[in-house]
Formats: sequence, C-alpha cells, structure tokens
Amino acid sequence: MEQRRSPRSGPSGSDSPPDPAGPDLGRRRFLGYLLAAPTLAAAAHLGGSLAAPRHAGAAIPSAPEVQEVFDLNDLLTLATKPTANLIAVVLNPDGTASFDMPRAESGQGVTTMAAMLIAEELELPLDKINVTLADARPELVFNQFTAGSNTAISMYNPIRVAAAIARKQLLKAAAIQLGDTVTALTPHLGFIEAADGRRIGYGELAELAAAQKTEQVEVELKERSQFRIVGTPQNRIDALDAVTGRKTFAMDLDVPGALPTMICRPPTIKGTPASVANLDAVRQLPGVTDVVPIATGVAVRARTFGQCIDAVNALDVAWNPGTVDGESDDTVLAKLKEAELPLAVPPLKPLTGVVEGEFTFYWRNNAALEPNTAVADVRADRAEIWAPLQSPILCQEQVAAQLGLPLNAVTVHVMQAGGAFGRRMFNDVVLEATEASKKMGKPVKLMWHRTDECRQGRMHPMCTSRIRATYAAGNVLTFEQRHTSVATDYTQGFGEIITSLGAKIPPLGQGNELGFSVPVFHLTVNVPYNFGAVTQLLNEVYTYDTFPTSSVRNLVNPDVRTAQELIVDQLAAKMGKDPYTFRREFVDDDRVRAVLDKAAEVGQWGREMEPGTAQAITVHKEYKGATATLIEIDCRPETVNRRVRNAVTGPRVTKAVMAVDTGLPINPRGLEAQMQGGIMDGIAQTLTSSLHLRDGTLLEGSWDDYFYTRHWNAPLETTIIVMPPTTGEPGGAGEFGVPSAMAAVACAYARATGTIPTSFPINHGTLSFTPKATVPPLPPSPTNGLEFAF
Amino acid sequence: MPTHTLTVNGKQVTVDVEDDVRLLWVLRDLLGITGPKYGCGINVCKACTCHINGKAFNPCSVRVADVKPDDEITTIEGLPATVGADLHPMQQAWLERDVAQCGYCQPGQIMAAVAKVRQAREAGHEVGDADIDEIRNICRCGTYARIREAIKDGAKNM
Ligand code: FES
Ligand code: FES
Repeated sequence: MEQRRSPRSGPSGSDSPPDPAGPDLGRRRFLGYLLAAPTLAAAAHLGGSLAAPRHAGAAIPSAPEVQEVFDLNDLLTLATKPTANLIAVVLNPDGTASFDMPRAESGQGVTTMAAMLIAEELELPLDKINVTLADARPELVFNQFTAGSNTAISMYNPIRVAAAIARKQLLKAAAIQLGDTVTALTPHLGFIEAADGRRIGYGELAELAAAQKTEQVEVELKERSQFRIVGTPQNRIDALDAVTGRKTFAMDLDVPGALPTMICRPPTIKGTPASVANLDAVRQLPGVTDVVPIATGVAVRARTFGQCIDAVNALDVAWNPGTVDGESDDTVLAKLKEAELPLAVPPLKPLTGVVEGEFTFYWRNNAALEPNTAVADVRADRAEIWAPLQSPILCQEQVAAQLGLPLNAVTVHVMQAGGAFGRRMFNDVVLEATEASKKMGKPVKLMWHRTDECRQGRMHPMCTSRIRATYAAGNVLTFEQRHTSVATDYTQGFGEIITSLGAKIPPLGQGNELGFSVPVFHLTVNVPYNFGAVTQLLNEVYTYDTFPTSSVRNLVNPDVRTAQELIVDQLAAKMGKDPYTFRREFVDDDRVRAVLDKAAEVGQWGREMEPGTAQAITVHKEYKGATATLIEIDCRPETVNRRVRNAVTGPRVTKAVMAVDTGLPINPRGLEAQMQGGIMDGIAQTLTSSLHLRDGTLLEGSWDDYFYTRHWNAPLETTIIVMPPTTGEPGGAGEFGVPSAMAAVACAYARATGTIPTSFPINHGTLSFTPKATVPPLPPSPTNGLEFAF
Repeated sequence: MPTHTLTVNGKQVTVDVEDDVRLLWVLRDLLGITGPKYGCGINVCKACTCHINGKAFNPCSVRVADVKPDDEITTIEGLPATVGADLHPMQQAWLERDVAQCGYCQPGQIMAAVAKVRQAREAGHEVGDADIDEIRNICRCGTYARIREAIKDGAKNM
C-alpha cells in the first residue's frame, strides 16, 4: 500500500486537520485578498492558504524509496511556502480578466491551464482571459521558477482562490446594483444574472467592485463535481497567434537600436578568447557596427544576423583551452565505470537466479528549436532585458551583480519560449548580451547560432546505470541500481541567488552534489514494482561546472527507468512470464496497474507480430501520477535501411499508445499533447539523438547530425488515453511522458531484434556524418536553397 | 549598397542591402516580417519555410540577389490572402487539431504542408503518410502526430 504523506495526498485526506465544517468543505475553503486598486483585483498567496498542509515543516524522509512519500514536487511546492507574496487576477472595464503569471510558457500550455482555472472560478468565457508572463518579481523569491513539471501543482489552488474572490466580490457589487441578495444571483459567462432575467456584465462591475483598501477574505472554491471547464479538453489560448506567425519570441522583438548580435565561439567546450588578430578588419565588413571580445568569445553586432554570421567566421581568434580538452566519450566512460558504487548482493547465491545489466547513456542536447536569445539594453544607471527565462529572478540578480547596479535598476521581461526543456533555467545568453551591450554602449539582440547550441550549449550528462536483480520461487528478492553520472549543474538553484550560491559552496561543487544532485535523485527515482530489497544510489563524477550540463526534459528518470524496464523484461522471461502479466503482478500501485491495463487493452497487447517487429509495454510513476506505454517497432531490414537524405532512418516505431493518470487532468487536450511530445523524445533518446564528445569538442553541429525525431521517424499511429481523475489533485505533465516512452522503445527494440541494447541511443557507436569544422565556428550559409523548392 | 526590389505577400518592397545577404534576414531583420523563424541557417530545420511562386523553399539559403522582382514570395503572414480568407484551410486545420505547442516551428510546418499537398496533387494523388514522411521540418516539441492529422484534414478543404 502506498504511503503518500505529501501535502497533496488526495481524497483520503487522513492527514488533514479536522475541520468543523466537515472534511470536504475544509479542503475547499481558502484565504485570499482583495487589493485596493482602480478595478476589481483579487489575489492569493502563491504557495500558502488556509488549507495549507500541516507538514510544511516536515523533514524529508530518508527511507530508501523517498519518492514514494515525498517527491520533487513537494520540495518545489514547499520551497514556495515562506514567501508571503501574491498573484492577482484583475478584472478590466471591458469585461475581460487579466493574470500576469510568474511562470515560463515554453509550449507546455501553462498559460492555457491558468486561463482555464480562472474561467472556472470566475464564470467567464475562456477567450475573455488574458494571461501574460510576469516580469522578474524578486519578492517572490522561490516562487518564480519553472521546473520539474511543477507549474500545475503549485498554481492550481492560488489561481482558483484569486478568481473565486473576484467572483464573490462581483456578486456583492451586482447585488447592490440589482437590488437583490447575493444568494439569489448567479454568475454566468461574464454576467451576473438575477432570477427574473435581469443581468449585469462583469465589465460594468469592474470599477464598482473595486476594493478601497486591501483586506483578507475567505472564500470557498467550487466543488469538483461542478467543474465545467477544468477537466474538459480545451485548445490553447495562443493557438491563433502560433499559426498566423504573430506569436512573438525574443528574437522577433523590435527594441529600438537592438541590432542582431552573435558570438564567435571557441573550438572546444568552454574555451576562452586569448587574442584577436583582425578586430579592425572585421569591423569594416558590410553591415557590421561593433566587434568586442567578451568573456566567452567575441561579440559581433551587425545590421542583419546574416552579416553577423559572416563576420564571426571572418574573425581570427587565438583561443585558450577549455575545461575538457582532453576528454572524449571513452575517457568519460572510463571515469564513470571507476566511480560506480558497489552492488551489495553477490551475483551468485545458491538457488537464486540473477539478472544483470549495465547501460550507458550518451550526451543529449536540450535543443529547443528557438536558440538562446536575449535582448539587452544596458545604460549607465539601468538595464532592461527581454528573454525566455525559467529563472527570471536569478537572472535579474545576476545582471545587477554583473553591472554593479541595484536590483531595482534592472528590469527583466519574460518572453514566451520556443521550447525550453531545461535550457532556459540558465541565463548564460542574458549575461553575454549584458556584457556585449555594456561594452558596445548599445542595445543588442543576441542570438546563438544553432551550431553554438550544439557545441557550447547545455546537455544532459552522460551516465551509466548498472542493475542486478535476484529472484527465486516466483519472487524477485532484490533489485539494486547504481546510477553513475557526470555531475548535473544545479547552480540555478531554485531560481534565485541564495540557493544558487548554495550550489557553488566550496569545496567546489560539493554544495551542488550534496545539496541538489543526491536529494533530487532520491526525490525523483523509484522502482515501481514489489521487488523485495530495493536500493538505488547515485554517484557523480567531475565538478558541476566542468561540462555544461542541465536536465533535458526530465532529470534522471528516462535513463534510470529505461535500464530498469530492460531488466524487468529479462526477469519476466527468466521467470517464464509474459512481460505484461509479469508487470501486472508486480507493480506496487493500483494507479500504475490501471494505466498498464489500459495501455495493454487499447494497444492490443499480445497481438500477433511479424518477425522483426515487436511490442513492448512499460510503466512509470512520478509527478503524483502514472503512465504506461505500449510501443510497436519495426526493425526489418527494409525499414531500417530505408534512405532519407542527410538523415538517420533505422528502426521505426509504428505505433505508440500511452495511458496517463495525472490525478486531475486540468486540460486533457494539453496533457495529450505533452505526452505525444514525450513519446517523440523517448524515440529520439533510444534510437537516434546524442552528442559525440571527442577531444573536448562535440561533433554535432546542427539538425542534420543531431538526430532528433523527424516526421519519417514518428509513429504512424499515436494514441494517448487520459485516465479519468483519480486523486483530484493535478500532477505534472511536461516531462512526464518521456521515461516510459523511452523505456518501451528500448524494450521493443530488444524484443524485435533479440539483442538487448546496452548503450543509448543505439546508433551512437557509428558516426553517420562528417563533423562540421570548428574553425571558423559556424557552417557557411548555403546559397542553393532554390534547388530544393517543392 | 545595391537596391533590391521584391514582391512579398503581394506587395512590392525595396531594400538597400548587399547582394549576398540571405533572404531570411532581409525578411526578418530589415522588413520586420518575423513569421519565418530561424532554427539552423543551413537549410536543415525548415523553420524558415516560405513559398516562392507557390513552392516551398528556405530563405535562409537563398541570396537576396537571386530573387527576381516578380518572384512571388509568400510568408505565413501572407498565406491567408492566397485563398482570399482570414485563414488558410491548413491554418484552420491546425487550430482544430490544436497542433501548436511552443509554436516556433509551426509557421514553417504549415507552409511546408500546403506545398506538400499541392505537390502530391500534381503527382496525381492526395497527400498521404508517405508524402508526410518526406517533410523535413523539425518540431522539437514533438507535435508530429497532430501535424499528420492536420495535414490530412487541411488537404480536404484545399
Ligand atoms: S533556418 Fe532555414 S532551414 Fe533552418
Ligand atoms: S511546436 Fe515547438 S518546435 Fe514545434
């Protein structure tokens, strides 16, 4: 039986304090605020409320399977408790409502989710709600950090409370106007309606309902059974902008004087410029306005990005070595193997069977399609920044520190991101733009070239996972996993500078590993099966800043779970059981069993498959939810060897079926989209996409050698089943789809080919492209584009 | 500096810029037409896909001097006008299928899809999975499943 003690423990509520009004009402009654403002403004604490959990101060349990009782989201949610700051829903005289959200929107659909929650409690149509991204608000401290798929979990109650207070206040104001009692009135689609048909619009009430002074108010939220928007499939609120090209990203901004700027970068990871031989000559090139050396390279500002590219390639720079010039995939692998923590159970014991495996996972780029971009306008006494940021407060603090300016002299605007996948937790592009703008004395629009992203961007750390499991008499007795990884950089902390510095506390990197990596590992990993004595340990090599690392759409679980599920299939085989039946018998959670059954049923588990093709099925448990994925793969030679120009083809996933239970799906349509995306990542990570490290250089340089899933690799059939609400509390989504998808593709490949893959992606061993040059750093811009017109 | 005359989204424009600047930067940095996105600059990601005389192409890999004044350049911004509507049927299909996640690749995906449907028809068939498999536009958010459905829907109304 699962023992969740998390604050969001769901309907059983056994940990909740007794409430005189009954347990159900108690959970729906919250405190918020009316704010003194010209129009109605209602607010709620982000991260705190009447119904706040009793366990806010509880220590993190250290039992082996910490994730069972207290996962990363609880930590992220707790990190938000100490701040007493507010998020507000504002009603406008035109009848619309506005919400300035302190989170990043990178495609995961959180602005749509926020609009749905407001529409629900405020009884306003979805298209009347404007959600924008808040500038950096340092007073929010921990509360403006987008990571770990935490947004839905941490924002669910505060947004609803603010909207519900606004609704309550509208009813009061309307009662006065209509000469009726509040209880006789009904809010409906932007109007307060009386029983006799009279009604008054929210717009008319916006000023009348405004508060004269800020006061605390108690409010009751809707019962879940009355939801009419939450839980229904909704299209994204920014969809029209996206399909018309009107959606504005940082690089689309027209900030006066902010001309295109790019950086000439070193040939090896984290190299630095020593000297430049031809600064003046490059300054004379067409379109170029400025060329200045900065800490990470040489910045070029020009009339167009095309002229930046040419100027970057014209620079003659002598480079200092980087941090890993002597390192290659094989040297790193040797260090990982050396650092692996020992397994406790001996491989040979009388009367028990053993299954063992050791798996290697190579580097993966975050590879958001919109490259790193920031606009910076640095003046003597102030600075203004525009960029897509997952940690805007940290960014503001770092820019202020870099320029020696007070915090309030730095304004940081958060832009919508063209994907993030962990990349935009780090503010390196902003710091470069700030330095360049300051040195040039002009505003800049700094963009990384794609090749910069591949070669000097951040990446998921290379790692190994070793597993040994023993079984006897129909039971799995032990399951041990030793995960060994290049250190993940956690210096973005929880999005602000105090915790960020904590991660850098000397001796160098120890704060990072002991303070973040190890706890994060224990807060996110588990073995979702009843496998007797289970141990999972992490060890990291190198200091946190040796390689530029970060999480890449989930932290360790895609790899950890892929390794596990490959072993689970072998255990099933050794114990003479069907992979699905075996999992069904051993999963340790009813919700996991339910998604497993659903994926098996919809995906027609066990149907007859041609030789060279196979099915596989896997599960995953995280983010207060469960997923199961069924994959069908085609590894027949005619498929594997099909040719596409400048591409890898290889085995094709022909069908993907995923069942997902997030507790309470706020927007099933958005959740389905996130799971579809997770499947594409799972396919890429198992079959095609990695970076090769050779002598301190990453060989990949663009999309024609970093092989993320393409149309010709994507399944022809993809089905997502969103399970009906279970716990009644929302879970995470953005990163949630990857682990079981990646594991299922790996298991399917093993079953189709009869070979268990031990290194990922499976094509990493063969270099299928000619690496682009590193000097000059950027590939030349082609001129033959018209030849490919179709 | 040479002057170039271009026809973009049905309008004639002139720009003063060096011959070898690629069309993408003329559109984005000089004309302020930002629907076509940058994702690689070497004709592999296809985020910048536009149409030239109705065919899909990638302006990051075409010099401005290689475009003739009467070549009709269409960006996502000008796509609806080609059918005389507020939205092209392909954009409509994209909305109905709620395809976009971050949205960054989607202008390029839509432009490629429209050209792919036409190309299939010229070859005498309706667009199908094999045609869609040929589309090279990357979607890093992984919206491929919905794109596949939306292209088939959009084609029906084209
Ligand atoms: S930017 Fe033109 S194809 Fe990538
Ligand atoms: S929707 Fe984000 S890259 Fe396609």
